[in-house]
Amino acid sequence: MRLGASLAAEIQPDPGPAVPVAALRGVAKRFGAVKALTDAHLELHGGETHALVGENGAGKSTLIKILAGLYRPDAGSIEIDGRRVEFDGTAAAAAAGIAVIYQEPALFGDLTVAENIFIGRQPRGRFGMIDRAEMNRRAAALFERLGVALDPDRPAKGLSIADQQLIEIAGAISVDARVLVMDEPTAALSGVEAERLFGVVEGLREAGTAVLFISHRFDEVEALCQRVTVMRDGAHVSTDPMDAVTVDELIGRMVGRSFEAMFPHRSTEPGPAVLEVDRLRRGGLAGEVSFSVRAGEIVALAGLVGAGRSEVVQAVFGIEPRDSGTVRVDGRRLPSGRPQAAMAAGVALVPEDRRQQGLLLDLSIMRNATLVRRKSLARFGFLTGRAERREAAEWTARLRTRYGSLHDAAGTLSGGNQQKVVLAKWLSTDPKVLIVDEPTRGIDVATKAEVHRLLSDLAADGVAVLMVSSELLEVLGMADRVLVMREGSIAGELDRDRATEESVMRLATGQEAPA
Amino acid sequence: MPTRLRESALMRPLATWDAAVIAATAAFLIIAAASVEHFGTARNFGYIVLDLAPILLLALAMTLIVTTGEIDLSVASTVGLTSAAMGVMWNAGIPLETIMPAAVLLGAALGAVNGLFTAGFGLPSLAVTIGTLALYRGLSYVLLGDTAVADWPRDFTSWTLGTIGESPIPNVLIPLAALAAVFGLVLHATPVGRSVYAAGASPVAAAYAGVPVRRLKFWLYVVSGSMAGLTGVFWTLRYSSARADNAFGLELTVVAVVLLGGVSIFGGKGALPGVLAAVVLLTALQNALRLAHVSTEALTVVTGSLLIVAVLAPNLAASARRTLRARRRRTA
Amino acid sequence: MTALGERPAATARTGSTALDLVLRFRALGLVLALAALVAATTAVNARFLSAQSLRDLLFAAAITVLLATGMTVVVLTRGIDLSVGSVLGLSAYLTGSLLSSVGVPVPLAILTGLAVGAACGTVNGAIVHFGRVPPLVATLGTLYVFRGVVYFVAGGSRINASDLPGAFLDFGSGTVLGVPYLFALAVAVLAVVAVFLSRYRSGRDLYALGSNPEAARLSGIPAGRRLMGAYVTCGALAGLGGVLYAARFGTVDASAGYGLELDIVAAVVVGGVAIFGGSGTVVGAGLGALLLAVINNALPVLSVSQFWQQAIVGALILAAIALDRLVGARTARALRRKAAADAD
Repeated sequence: MRLGASLAAEIQPDPGPAVPVAALRGVAKRFGAVKALTDAHLELHGGETHALVGENGAGKSTLIKILAGLYRPDAGSIEIDGRRVEFDGTAAAAAAGIAVIYQEPALFGDLTVAENIFIGRQPRGRFGMIDRAEMNRRAAALFERLGVALDPDRPAKGLSIADQQLIEIAGAISVDARVLVMDEPTAALSGVEAERLFGVVEGLREAGTAVLFISHRFDEVEALCQRVTVMRDGAHVSTDPMDAVTVDELIGRMVGRSFEAMFPHRSTEPGPAVLEVDRLRRGGLAGEVSFSVRAGEIVALAGLVGAGRSEVVQAVFGIEPRDSGTVRVDGRRLPSGRPQAAMAAGVALVPEDRRQQGLLLDLSIMRNATLVRRKSLARFGFLTGRAERREAAEWTARLRTRYGSLHDAAGTLSGGNQQKVVLAKWLSTDPKVLIVDEPTRGIDVATKAEVHRLLSDLAADGVAVLMVSSELLEVLGMADRVLVMREGSIAGELDRDRATEESVMRLATGQEAPA
Repeated sequence: MPTRLRESALMRPLATWDAAVIAATAAFLIIAAASVEHFGTARNFGYIVLDLAPILLLALAMTLIVTTGEIDLSVASTVGLTSAAMGVMWNAGIPLETIMPAAVLLGAALGAVNGLFTAGFGLPSLAVTIGTLALYRGLSYVLLGDTAVADWPRDFTSWTLGTIGESPIPNVLIPLAALAAVFGLVLHATPVGRSVYAAGASPVAAAYAGVPVRRLKFWLYVVSGSMAGLTGVFWTLRYSSARADNAFGLELTVVAVVLLGGVSIFGGKGALPGVLAAVVLLTALQNALRLAHVSTEALTVVTGSLLIVAVLAPNLAASARRTLRARRRRTA
Repeated sequence: MTALGERPAATARTGSTALDLVLRFRALGLVLALAALVAATTAVNARFLSAQSLRDLLFAAAITVLLATGMTVVVLTRGIDLSVGSVLGLSAYLTGSLLSSVGVPVPLAILTGLAVGAACGTVNGAIVHFGRVPPLVATLGTLYVFRGVVYFVAGGSRINASDLPGAFLDFGSGTVLGVPYLFALAVAVLAVVAVFLSRYRSGRDLYALGSNPEAARLSGIPAGRRLMGAYVTCGALAGLGGVLYAARFGTVDASAGYGLELDIVAAVVVGGVAIFGGSGTVVGAGLGALLLAVINNALPVLSVSQFWQQAIVGALILAAIALDRLVGARTARALRRKAAADAD
C-alpha cells in the first residue's frame, strides 16, 4: 500500500502548493455490464471552488456518490489530506468532512427544519434529552451566517427546492464540512435564488472550504470557479485553472468529437401543423403556452430544469389534466387528462425519467415493448404471447437493442438499451407526433448518436417531433426550431439559424439584451 | 460462461416459485393419499372441495388486487354482511332466486365503497380495508345480532353439498373451475391482465403507457366485492345458516394463500396457477391433519411459516447471489 | 412578549407552525370527541360518570392503550405488527402458567411477559430487517406462528383464577386513587415512550425513517438497529399486555387476545398516526384507544345495541384517514403559500 502511494506521489506532477483536502485517483466503478467510471481523477483544495463538467453519462454522479461513501470504488483510491482512506458508508465520508448537496435534496418532510439540520446530532440537555430551544437557536445562527431567513421550527414539508438546499448547506457547515459537493444545485432555482446560493458558496470558500461544483451552465462555472475538471465517458480528460481555458475548449473536450459528426444533417420541407397547442394552462406553469409542431419538423423545448418543459409535455399527453387551453392533433381536439385519447390520436411520449416513468423495470423486455399495444395485438380479446413476442423481437431489433432474452427484466439492461426499449415501445404505435423528454439522458455516446439519427429519420418520414432537452448541443444540433421556456412560460422562439448557445441561454436565464 | 450457468441454475427454481408450490402440492396429495386413512376417498374429495371453495373464490379476486399492489382485507366481512343480508331478506319472505343475485350485487356495492376510498380518494388500501373490515362485520351484527337464519330450502342446500349424478364430483366444482379459468385467462391472456401487472409493477410508468390505473383498481375492488358476495351465498347455503360471524377471520387465510402462491405483496409479480395450488395445498393439509388426528393448531404454525418462507426464500437467495457475485469479482 | 424577545429572530415571526396546530388540533379533536361522547352518555344516564363505571372503562382501556403505544412505534417506521394479539396470548399463557406452577412474585411475572414479548418482537424485526420481508407479510406470518405456539403449549387446558397467586390478582383488580394499577401502568409506559419519541435522538430517528427512508440512509441513521428496536418495543409491550390480561381476567386459554390486532391498528389510525409512517404521536394513539373503549362502554348506556360497536369503529377508521388526507392536503397548500409569501 505504502509503496503504491509513494510511487503515485512520484509520478504525479506536483498538484500545487498544498496537499489536497480530498482527492480521487484512478477511480473505477462498474454496475453489471455498465462501466460508469474507468479512470477518474480529482483534487480538491481548501479555499477553492472546483468545477466538474461533462456530458450526461460522463460519470459525474457516480464520482460524487463514491466521494459521499454511497458506492465503493472497484479500483483506485480516495485520499483525505494526502492519506488513503476507505469509506464504508455515508457516515464515514461525513466524518471525514465531506458534505454532499444533491440536486434533489433528501429531507424529512415530517421533521422540523432544525431537526433536518441536526438529525442524529441534536444538541442534548438534561438526561440526554434533545434541547429543542438550543437546537432552534443553533439553526437560526446558521441561517444568520448564511444570510437567509428560515423558520427553524417549521416542518420541512412544503419548502421550495432552494430553501431545502439551504437546509442541507446549513447541515454541512454545522459539522464544519471541509469539502462541500454540489450536484447541479442551480438546476431548479430561479435567478434570484441562484444568486443567493452563489453568495453563500463564495462565503464558504473564503472561509477555507473546498467546494466541488457540478453544473451545465458555463456562465456559472466561469463566474464561480477557480479550477475546472472535464470528464468524458467515465474518465478524467483535463484539469486547468479556470482562466486558462475557454468555454469552447471545455465543450470540445466534453464532447470529444466535432459538432458535425454528432448530429445527422437533414433538410426536409416541413408539412402542415400536426400538433397545435393553444393557450395551455396548468398548475406549475406561470402563463399560457401556445405553439405548434409541423409534420417532418423537430421542435426543441429548451430551458433550465424547472422551467416547466416537462409540465407542458405531460399536459399535452394527458398525464396531468390541463386547467384550460386546447391541444389539437390533425385539427382534432384532445380531451384533457386522458393519455389513452392522446395515444389513439397518434401521440407518443417518451418520458423524462426512464426508470420511473418509461419502464416497468421488474417486467420483461417483451412486456415493456408491447404494453402500449396490448389492445391492438389481441385477437378476439386474447393475447397468447406469440404476437407480443414477434412484435417485441422485431422492434427491439430495428433499434438494435442488445439483450440476453426478451424475458429478461428491463431493469437488467444498460441505460442506452433501456431507452431503446422505451423508444421501441412507442415507435411500434406508428405515432404522428413523437414527444421525447430528455431522450439521451444518462446514456452512452454511441447510443446517443443512434437516438439522434433515429429522431432525424423519423422526422424525415413526416413525424412531428417535439424534443425536451437540457443539453444545449443536442438542442442546437437537432432542432429546426427552438422554443425556450423560462419560469413557466415560453420566453422566446428561435429558428435554426438564430439558435446559438448564447441566444438560447440568454432567453433561458432571462438575460436578454435590451432590444 | 460457467458463471452464467451457475447463476441461472440458482435463479430458475426461485424465479418460478409457483412451479415449486404446484410440485409441493402434488407431492403432498400423493403422500397423503398413500399414508392418511380416508384421505383419498371420493367422499373426502368432496369435503376438500367444499372447504376450499370460499378460500378459492376470494383468492381469485385477491390475486388480481394484490398484483396491482393493493390489498383487500374486507373480503371476509363482506361475506359475513352478504350472508346476514340474505338472512334478513329471507325472513322478509323474498324468494331465494331474487336473494342470490341481490347478494352478489350487494357485494359489488360494498366493493365499490372500497374502490371509492382507495382508487377514488387515493387513500391507502391497507387502512381503508381494515376500516371496512370492521364496518361490514359490524353491520352484519347490526342486521342479525347473534341470531342465525337456518331455514333455507332443502333444494338449494342439498345441491350445494351434492355431487353430479352418481359421480363423486361435487356440483360446486364446475362453477369453481369455470371461475378459476376465467380469472386465469383474464390475468394471463388479455389486455386487462397486462394492465394489472403494469399497474402493480409501477403505477407511474403504467399511467405513462396509457393504463387507466385508478379506474382499473376501482373495478377490481368491485369484482372482489362481487366474489365475496358470491362466497356469502355459497357459505349460507353450505352451512344452511346465515350468521353475522360467517367467514370470520378468513381474510388472513386468503391473503396467506395468495402470497404463498407467489404473488408479490408489492405488486407486479405472481401467477394464478401458483395461487390455486396454494389453496389446494392449504385445504388438503388441514383436511389430512384432521383425518390423522393431528391438532389443527399445528396447521397455524405451518401456514405462518410457509407464508414467511415464501417471501423470505427468494430474498435470501438474491442476497446470497449478490454476495457470491461480489466475492467472484473480488477474486477475479 | 418577553419570552418572545429571547427567541431567535427567525422564529419570532411565526409563533407556532401550521403542522403543530394540526397535530394539536388532532389530539384536541379526539379529546373533544371523547368529551362530547361522555357528556351525551352522561346526559342519558348519569351513572356513566360514576366511579365504578369509570373504573370499568379504564380497566377495559388499559391493554389497548398499552398495545397501541407499541404499535405506534412500529407504524412510525412505515411498518405494522399484526402479531400483537398472538404475542399477547403467548405471554399471557406463559406468564400465567409460571405464576400458577411456581408462584413467582408480580414484578418477576411482569419481566417474564416483557421478555417473551421482546423475543417475539426480535423475531419480527429480524424477518423484516434481515429478511427484507414486508412488515405486513412478516407479522401476518408470525400472527399464525405465535398463535400456533400458544396452542401447542396450552393444548386444550386453561389457567383459572384459582391457580393464580392472590397478589397477582390483586394487582389486576387493585386501584390507586380510583385508577386501576393496570391503567396507571399503561399510561406510565405511554408517557415514557412519548418522551422517548419526541425528546431522544433515536426516537426522532424513527420519525426520520418513516418520513424518508432514502434520506435516512444518506444521513447515516442506523436503520437496522432502529427497526429492530421498534419491533422489540412493540413486542415487549404486547408481552406486558399479556401479563395485564392474565392479571385482569384471571382465566387464560389459548385464544387470549385473538383478533386483537385489528382493534389496535384501529386505535392507532383513529389516533392520527399515519399508516405510511413519519407522523403521529403515542398520545394520539392512546386517545384513540380510549375513544374506542368509551364507545364500547357508552353504547349500552345509550341503549344502542352492542352490535353497533364494530360498525362504528369501522366508520371511525374511514373517517379518520379521510380527514387526515383532507387536513394534510390543506396544510401542504398552506405551507406552500407561506413559503411563497416568505420568498417575496
